[in-house]
Amino acid sequence: MAEAKHHEDVSDANAVKLFLAWSFVGIPLAWGIYKTLANAVLLFQ
Amino acid sequence: MATAAQAESEGIFHWLDRSHTVAKPGFSRWLVPPAALCVHLCIGQVYAFSVFNLPMTKLIGITQSAPDDWKLTELGWIFSIAIVFLGLAAAFTGTWLDRVGPRKAMFTAALCFGGGFLISALGVHLHQLWIVYLGYGVVGGCGLGIGYISPVKTLITWFPDRPGMATGMAIMGFGGGALIASPLSVWLMQQFATPTHVGVAETFIVLGLIYMFFMMMGGVIVRVPAPGWAPKGYVAPKQPKKLVTDQEVHVDQALRTPQFYLLWLVLCLNVTAGIGVLGQASAMSQEMFPGRITAIAASGFVGLLSIFNMAGRFFWASTSDYIGRRNTYMVFFLLGIALYAAVPWTGHTGSVVLFVAFYCVIISMYGGGFATIPAYLKDIFGTRYVGAIHGRLLTAWSAAGVFGPVLVNYIREYQIDHGVAKADAYSITMYIMAGLLFIGFICNFLMHPVHERHHIKNEEAKA
Repeated sequence: MAEAKHHEDVSDANAVKLFLAWSFVGIPLAWGIYKTLANAVLLFQ
Repeated sequence: MATAAQAESEGIFHWLDRSHTVAKPGFSRWLVPPAALCVHLCIGQVYAFSVFNLPMTKLIGITQSAPDDWKLTELGWIFSIAIVFLGLAAAFTGTWLDRVGPRKAMFTAALCFGGGFLISALGVHLHQLWIVYLGYGVVGGCGLGIGYISPVKTLITWFPDRPGMATGMAIMGFGGGALIASPLSVWLMQQFATPTHVGVAETFIVLGLIYMFFMMMGGVIVRVPAPGWAPKGYVAPKQPKKLVTDQEVHVDQALRTPQFYLLWLVLCLNVTAGIGVLGQASAMSQEMFPGRITAIAASGFVGLLSIFNMAGRFFWASTSDYIGRRNTYMVFFLLGIALYAAVPWTGHTGSVVLFVAFYCVIISMYGGGFATIPAYLKDIFGTRYVGAIHGRLLTAWSAAGVFGPVLVNYIREYQIDHGVAKADAYSITMYIMAGLLFIGFICNFLMHPVHERHHIKNEEAKA
């Protein structure tokens, strides 16, 4: 069996890419959760 | 049969090929979950399609339905057709997807799903319902199926140490997509609406273009690991656990094993129970607590369930990495039986808080069932054909999509016709759902490793 290769990187360039990629999906999702929770509050009023 | 080499494209589409998506040294695997989320957050819109139903019954009458306007019963078929084609596309394209890789699959899904909206916009503009069935139902449904399974194998390969968490993150997006789509669609329709126009066609066009762009971004970001790659510090267990194989089973061979059908039933029964009560959550809450849960509060309750549906996907799939897949499903079934049976009791005691809490846990396990199944399949059949096998298993979802609502609606109407009060009509339904979960428990209990005669031999694997 071939030896496993390890090449994970936590360089600054990768950190920026990770921030951008997670923001790209995280911001719309956070907005959706906020809108839903704002509506769900009515259940307990 | 076409090989991977034959599946390579030519010309401008060359960069979509699997060979062009192999990660270079230094690539962070944590970029792959957002790539998967780009797709799943978009296709999760299907759960919010009902926001278009009412406006589409007023395309001619504008303020109220005109005689030539579409009926709600006709519009209900759009969602049903989309879910059927989701299952069919997942089942029939899984093997192709394994061959061509995630980028080409994600682009195909983007073109189908976004294109489905654009075709539907034309259908709305011409007021031809069959074009909407074809657009969102058939073409969009194929995009749903291809998009749903496209990142699964890639994520499992990148995260051999935490496959449940990785696939849970992506499939969480499918649960969360409706949270974005619902308010976004309503807002867009408000922007495009005029005194003579409801704005559905324009909303479809904008959504189609947004989703196409978002899903293609996922395809741009996604990478597959280089052969032999493993996460830093990861050592494959020398003695695999009893229900975690280190062998591979071909997709065609998997269909000849009892394990496939046991897992099919496990998923189908978990989803049947969940989908049945999910569809009735709003009406059930108002009828069990008349005067205390209003229609507006009930819509807030449904929103809360969407959040638990989404969060449960990540929580339960991640938990399964620590307690095992079979044990996770044991929790779904045993805890599910107790909670389904206890929901009528919350109505009798008048406890809204307990009713909401029980319902939230039930729905979290419904979502968790979807998110845990890819890792369960990987444990039982190996990683190599997990995408294709997962695609075929999703026919259980299509079946549950029919069984669940039909069962719940039929039982409820039967009871009301026989003089049972509306508030009590749900009790039998919940007990029957608990019974279905008990059958699921038995199926899960019977799960055992695949016989070695189904394993791919080493020579075949190399080929």
